Amino acid sequence: MDRRRRKVLKAGGGMGIWAALVATGIVAPAMAEGSRNVAAFEARTLDEALQALGAAAAQDSGAIRIVAPDVAEDGRAVALTVSSDIPRTEQIAILIEENPFKVAANFRLSGAMTPTIHTRVKMARTTRVHALVKAEGRIYAARREVTVTVGGCGT
Amino acid sequence: MTAPTRIRATLKEGATELRMLLAHPMENGLRKDAEGKLIPAHFITELSVRRNGELVLAADFGPSISTNPYLAFSLAGGAVGDEIAVSWRDNRGETRSDTIRIA
Repeated sequence: MDRRRRKVLKAGGGMGIWAALVATGIVAPAMAEGSRNVAAFEARTLDEALQALGAAAAQDSGAIRIVAPDVAEDGRAVALTVSSDIPRTEQIAILIEENPFKVAANFRLSGAMTPTIHTRVKMARTTRVHALVKAEGRIYAARREVTVTVGGCGT
Repeated sequence: MTAPTRIRATLKEGATELRMLLAHPMENGLRKDAEGKLIPAHFITELSVRRNGELVLAADFGPSISTNPYLAFSLAGGAVGDEIAVSWRDNRGETRSDTIRIA
């Protein structure tokens, strides 16, 4: 599929063709590259970000776990683990509510992947972390508060 | 020139555990330098991880991911000799791709 993609991209040039491949079902939308949710990543308010991610009415779920320190000494790099026990988890998004740009990452998982992601994020100050999980077209949410002693300046 | 992505892969109980450290400043475009000048935004926007050519994880990043992004996760299955490729693209269009083979 990759080889075909290269060829098609060369022939057609750019995103339009890629979007067309998604539309025709050659490429599964959830896994497609180049499908960045620009509105979500540029969102400067939590509401805008959640709206752009289709998560304005997300259902709270106890099957999503956010592991983070209760108190983070250094907001420049806070270790974070998000796990989902929701069957057929396709996407995991991480939002940092108090940061200027709310959406830290949106992961699109293949079936081969265990739905647990470890990463490090910046936190400007004490904040809630939101984890969104998309499974079978529905979006679920969980939140956790992290106290930050020294903010990740400007993050 | 950017530094290579450091990739570690270990086979454990029928799974492949992956850890990676990407070299990138991840500037959000809102910080100022010592002279009060705005440091331009410079961050990874897209990441893909492939195993033997098959896409296993695609991700979009914003600048709230830490400088020199760290990522760890695991994949079902795996064998010695599997090729793991990690590629990224940033907001300036720079790209980087690194590959390891599971030993």
